[in-house]
Amino acid sequence: MKAAAFDYARAGDLAEAVRLLGEGEGSAKLIAGGQSLGPMLNLRLVRVGLLVDIRRLEALRTVEEGEGTLRYGALITHSEFEDGRVPDAGNGLLRQVGGGIAYRAVRNRGTLGGSLAHADPAADWISAFTALDATLQIEGPAGRRSLPLAGGLLGAFTLDLGETEILTAVEVPRLGAGARWGWHKINRKTGEFADAIGVALLDEERGFCRVVCGAVEGPPVVLAAVAEALRAEGRQAGRALVPAAVAEALPALDPVGRHLHVVAVQRAIDQVFGR
Amino acid sequence: MSEKPEPSGTGIGVRVRRKEDRRHLQGRGRFVADLAMPGLLEVAFLRSPVAHARLTGWRKAPGAEARCFFLEDLEGLQPIVARSSLKGYKVSEWPALARDKLRYVGECVAACVAPTRAEAEDLAEACGLDYEELPAVIDPLAARRAGSPLVHESWGDNLFLETFVDGDIDAIARTAAVKVEREYATARQCMHPMEGKGLLAWWDDRADQLVVHTSTQVPHVIRTGLAECLGLEQRRVRIAPPDVGGGFGYKCILQPEELVVAWLAMTYRRPFRWVEDRREHLVAGANAREHHYKVTAYADARGRLLALDAEVTVNVGAYSVYPFTACLEAAQAGGNLPGPYDFRNYRCRTYSVASNKPPFTPYRGVARPGVCFAIELTIDAIARAVGREPAEVRAENLVPGSAMPYDNVTNKHYDSGDYPESLRRAMARIDLPAVRTRQAQGEPDGRLIGVGFSTFTEQSAHGTKVFASWGIPMVPGYEQATVRLTPEGGVEVRAGIHTIGQGLETTLAQVASEILTIPVERIGVVLGDTAETPYSTGAYASRGAVMAGGAVSRSATALAGQIKAIAAHLLQCEPAEVSFEGGRIRGGNASLDFADVGRAWYLNPEQLPDGVDARGLEATEGFKPKVDSGAFTYATHAAVVAVDPETGKVEILDYVVIEDCGTMINPMIVEGQAFGGSAQGIGTALFEESPYDAAGQPLHSTLADYLLPGPSELPSFRIEHMETPSPYTAHGIKGVGEGGAIAPPGAIVNAINDAVKGLGVEMTEIPVSPRRLLGKILAARSGTPSGLEAAE
Ligand SMILES: Cc1cc2nc3c(=O)[nH]c(=O)nc-3n(C[C@H](O)[C@H](O)[C@H](O)COP(=O)(O)OP(=O)(O)OC[C@H]3O[C@@H](n4cnc5c(N)ncnc54)[C@H](O)[C@@H]3O)c2cc1C
Repeated sequence: MKAAAFDYARAGDLAEAVRLLGEGEGSAKLIAGGQSLGPMLNLRLVRVGLLVDIRRLEALRTVEEGEGTLRYGALITHSEFEDGRVPDAGNGLLRQVGGGIAYRAVRNRGTLGGSLAHADPAADWISAFTALDATLQIEGPAGRRSLPLAGGLLGAFTLDLGETEILTAVEVPRLGAGARWGWHKINRKTGEFADAIGVALLDEERGFCRVVCGAVEGPPVVLAAVAEALRAEGRQAGRALVPAAVAEALPALDPVGRHLHVVAVQRAIDQVFGR
Repeated sequence: MSEKPEPSGTGIGVRVRRKEDRRHLQGRGRFVADLAMPGLLEVAFLRSPVAHARLTGWRKAPGAEARCFFLEDLEGLQPIVARSSLKGYKVSEWPALARDKLRYVGECVAACVAPTRAEAEDLAEACGLDYEELPAVIDPLAARRAGSPLVHESWGDNLFLETFVDGDIDAIARTAAVKVEREYATARQCMHPMEGKGLLAWWDDRADQLVVHTSTQVPHVIRTGLAECLGLEQRRVRIAPPDVGGGFGYKCILQPEELVVAWLAMTYRRPFRWVEDRREHLVAGANAREHHYKVTAYADARGRLLALDAEVTVNVGAYSVYPFTACLEAAQAGGNLPGPYDFRNYRCRTYSVASNKPPFTPYRGVARPGVCFAIELTIDAIARAVGREPAEVRAENLVPGSAMPYDNVTNKHYDSGDYPESLRRAMARIDLPAVRTRQAQGEPDGRLIGVGFSTFTEQSAHGTKVFASWGIPMVPGYEQATVRLTPEGGVEVRAGIHTIGQGLETTLAQVASEILTIPVERIGVVLGDTAETPYSTGAYASRGAVMAGGAVSRSATALAGQIKAIAAHLLQCEPAEVSFEGGRIRGGNASLDFADVGRAWYLNPEQLPDGVDARGLEATEGFKPKVDSGAFTYATHAAVVAVDPETGKVEILDYVVIEDCGTMINPMIVEGQAFGGSAQGIGTALFEESPYDAAGQPLHSTLADYLLPGPSELPSFRIEHMETPSPYTAHGIKGVGEGGAIAPPGAIVNAINDAVKGLGVEMTEIPVSPRRLLGKILAARSGTPSGLEAAE
């Protein structure tokens, strides 16, 4: 199939992008890497009046190091994480995650901002950045605002983002040098979306522990009780709570789906403690 | 298997690099989508959104009515009808565009034309349909039951055909030590040639001909079928297929889109094109593979198979394809289920069932991936029942080499080879004892190791009698080729079969080179174009190398005689004294270039006496094997897998192929066929399926839902050849195009079952997706069919 006709404009700067979106009166849409939007346009699942291309916005391609934080421009590509061309706030987690998304050709184009804005529940970045406790920087006609990712994901494919707003950057606290992580993606073949994702982070220095169960129906689920048990009582205690925590958080899952999510989370925990 | 001297030159047996690869690797191939023509209009189809409905009305795109076509607009166009001479066969009429009923999601209902595909799709969207939905027929077993909704009401049931092979089972059933009963199911699949279907048709006023550049495996058959549907004389239709990017059977059939595009070009005398996209292929293209088996096997206490009682149901979809009919698949299933095994009591009933799914067409291996899966799992089940090593039980059941040629229980004539030897070599190559040791030790990561084997025969190039017995409208006879020496001593080979990626441009040149000793670089091969080549039923059934190869061999041999007659004059010797060597012609003490002969005949006939052979330097001969019931290629595949019992994921750790396709024209191409086929077989075993919901909606509309194995899912195949020439074919060649795809489901699922046998799990349905496998493991753990306890 071929996309239905649309207009195209390349924004020269952020202000122009915001203005173009506004002029589109609800029918304008941003395109970044085009790796989700492109197929949807071609399948005519999405129609747009005007495509606003932000690929050339250099301001969205920077990485800023702050006090214990890192701020990634929304246009950083998956492959830039994979290749270590940007500093890794997750002590190697982001490199691992970026390299496991899709295929190289998709990673060369697909962007962090596009992935988070698209908010596909099965995508990798929303789970990884939920675990890292990310905050999104957003620019719109009314100015700037920030939005915690965990609260900003309203449902499948729904980020709390207005039609004329642009996700410009993603800010995360840096993990301490001794922090450890586990990432387990279960998918049917290399390059496919996940059937289940488990993420576990333990930063004893900062007293931060988070466990995430991803690739579920809606936004990734933070398993707080599991994290608390892990931090306070250690690996076995945390691990043992996973089945009940997953069952409670995701009651609609069938037995196979539930089992996969439990295994993904448990394997992520095992990785934290060095299997 | 005899020791042969190392072949030289570019003849048979040499690993010549494929001639066609240069243009493909440089992106210079020309496929339907690459063609350009002034005034070309692109066609998009409005397709049925529902599986089963009565079509009550339609509306054309407002303002663009003249560019939208429904069936009533296609004056004179006949539906696709494939008749069968089999008794009881019910004929379906497949209209180019739906008439009064919609019978599957994706069925063509209207065609819209515009300068670009996107605009044509806009028009298709702007057309409207009115319909009343009917309950859909999806599951083939349910479709067989009385009271099922009917796909074709006038039939009274949903059966295209029911067949029955009767054999004496009952006496053995009463006394056999072991009885194994199983049901097997194989998923519906799409074939996914890298290039989808497509065609460009235009009217050539000078030749007063409709010219059709269609992506097909069977150009001459398409000409016959298309001309009949269009009501044109066949001489006024030329099929000139461009490069074809894979076929696998999908491009063996006449498609409704082909009829519509051809009708438009014929009627409006301007070029039209349709290029299938991946979504159309997934949803609307002809499907394959959906079988269901009920098998009861009887064996003695050692696991010797004594009798087999089977019921095979094939879900053949809404309409019969042309030319293969809706019944070739089931006919092959019933005939091939006994496999390479030596037993004499067989009973089998087959059902070809209509449903509200796209039509069904044979896919690489035809029914054999299904039957091989069924019989190979049954052999392993017998082995487990008698508590023996499955490979050994298999070896004892195979037709022994000493029995060749062997007529099996369904009268298949196994011409040559040593089936148990292929299995023994596979056992050695995979190192069965080492795998068993590793399996017993257990893996550090908790995965379970298993090993499985699968031995099969591939009836290749089966000919006239076999196809006639299937009753289909197209029965292959003699295959012909033309071989011509050009004035400068080059060669042109022309054959009506088409090249679809299988390397025929190279292998046919090698056969000519073998006889004429002229190197393949100087041999051009023209294939497929009906204006330039002799009639051929085309590329299917692993027949290209045997049939077209045989025809080239015969024609080149005839041409060699003609060349020798002329050369004898020039060399002043007897024709019998003339021989070819290394691209030169020798006779007496002198030698000539082929160019000397070419020049003498074409340009300087004054050098030749009157009365020299008037046929000149061109020969067209036909070929058919001495016994044309098929040259049986065979192979054993062996797989070692690791199963993750917590995720259901299967990794193939090792994969061995021991194959015997008779004389190999080009071992490199044979290996390519084995690897590519095996990759598709791995898809069948582990990944590929086209699921439908109860309303008949396909749940697979992109390659994100329909998984094909990629490089990272495929093992490094290890292959070993045996080479038993067929006693019946030219040069002892057997076909090899399909075999790779046949064995993997059997070998892999046997390996999986070997891995998980300690868990009380046995898989009988493919693909073995992680979800299916894990579901069974969890059910076995919790002791319930579907429930489970939370994981630890
Ligand atoms: C074959 C294939 C396999 C894939 N496999 C995976 C996988 O395994 N895991 C995975 O996580 N992903 C996978 N993806 C998706 C891929 O990661 C996409 O790149 C990503 O989801 C979207 O990023 P993009 O830059 O391409 O966004 P686009 O496609 O350009 O845009 C996506 C959406 O986000 C909006 N958008 C883009 N940028 C912004 C912004 N800065 N602010 C606000 N809105 C914005 C667009 O308007 C659009 O709605 C796969 C994609 C393909 C094609």
